[in-house]
Amino acid sequence: MGISDGAGLRSKLRFSVTLHAAMAVSGLIMVLFLLAHMYGNLKIFEGQQAFDGYSAYLREIGEPLLPREGALWIVRVVLLFSVVIHIYAAFTLWLRSRTATAGKGGWRYETRKNRRGVQRSYASFTMRWGGVLIGLFVIYHILNLSADYIAPGGPSPSPYQRMVNDFSIWWVVLSYLIALVALGFHLRHGVWSAFASLGANSSVTRRRVLNQAASLAAVVILVGFLVPPLAIFVGWVR
Amino acid sequence: MNITLRIWRQHDRDAAGKMVRYSVDGISPDMSFLEMLDVLNEQLTAAGGEPVAFDNDCREGICGMCSLVINGIAHGPEMLTATCQLYMRHFHDGDTIDVEPWRSPAFPILRDLIVDRSAFDRIIQSGGYISAPTGAAPDAAATLVPKEDADKSFDAATCIGCGACVAACPNGSAMLFTGAKAIHLGALPQGQIERNSRALAMVNQHDAEGFGGCTQIGECTAVCPVGIPLDVISRLNGDVLSALRKAKS
Repeated sequence: MGISDGAGLRSKLRFSVTLHAAMAVSGLIMVLFLLAHMYGNLKIFEGQQAFDGYSAYLREIGEPLLPREGALWIVRVVLLFSVVIHIYAAFTLWLRSRTATAGKGGWRYETRKNRRGVQRSYASFTMRWGGVLIGLFVIYHILNLSADYIAPGGPSPSPYQRMVNDFSIWWVVLSYLIALVALGFHLRHGVWSAFASLGANSSVTRRRVLNQAASLAAVVILVGFLVPPLAIFVGWVR
Repeated sequence: MNITLRIWRQHDRDAAGKMVRYSVDGISPDMSFLEMLDVLNEQLTAAGGEPVAFDNDCREGICGMCSLVINGIAHGPEMLTATCQLYMRHFHDGDTIDVEPWRSPAFPILRDLIVDRSAFDRIIQSGGYISAPTGAAPDAAATLVPKEDADKSFDAATCIGCGACVAACPNGSAMLFTGAKAIHLGALPQGQIERNSRALAMVNQHDAEGFGGCTQIGECTAVCPVGIPLDVISRLNGDVLSALRKAKS
């Protein structure tokens, strides 16, 4: 009587479905962070005092209940966990996908015709390399503007000044532009597939709505992050 | 019509295969793709060669036996049709057409274009059923089914189990098939009792067969000859996740 699922908790946690859900949740946490980060960046248009003041405020949130930078460290730990889970799930699922296609993915047929499939988007088949690119960019970005370790425009204790210094250099702007476009593509497919992986794609209409929402999220984040560097580069913000 | 074919020839499961070029002439545009292969096989047999082995049965798009990747697209370039419903008029005189079997390590090639799809049978065996008492047939209106649920169930139940979804998936995933088979039962009152354990059991077997995970690209539903919607995957994901939340083990 009844269906035995035949799987212990350990194997349930290793289902492709479970790993995709973990990737979805960790990805959506990072999207929420991106929105907050983007909001902070846009304060550059309020001037140096407002921007540096906001940066200082982020370090004081929760004081005196939390120690200085306490709230910031909570966010950092949550993000670090998200990144680790996201990469672990992505890597495990990538290995499975390779095994399930004899290591060749969509290119496992002898014919050279229709190798790009029937309808799949550029965003959908660049998720893995796009993710690697974004990961490398995050390291570069933290060393650059957060840690002030890589400072091509000259280091400064003022976050506002660091942004203005660096984004006056064309190749710094270009490197951020490339990374942000990669991020935009990653979000275009990632946000849609995150919701679908969590069970939200329940009808043909919902599929269309979720895809539109993903496009919107990608465009908003791409534009929102691009505006400050470009404004600095063309001299609107100095 | 004169057609040049490049066909995957492989003697058995363990043999190495290769693409072999054949030309067939005297093809009528009204022939189906399989009838064109019949003509090729008659020519091969008459010349003392080995005919090309391919799966087929009903030849009217309902049995799910035919299974060819034609020019890199499962079931060929026409949407919502199985290979048997593809006609030669969709090609041009003088075309070169590449014909290959479904490629997935979970579907080992038995010969030429025939693959072993028993992995699908094992996924269905793991949970694609309901437990019902035997005896006299129940009264037709004993269990009321809302029209919307009946429609959703029937949309999923049209799956003919051909395996094109696996053949087309860049991840080699069988989640469209598994979703269809789990959801057509899970959408009905009769399938509710075992909905959670069914979802877990079928997904467990799906992974055990070596199929990859779904990244929601949608190639499967684009080549599906009966148009199984992509949402069956998401609804199965939802069932698995709610089963995991309720799991006691």
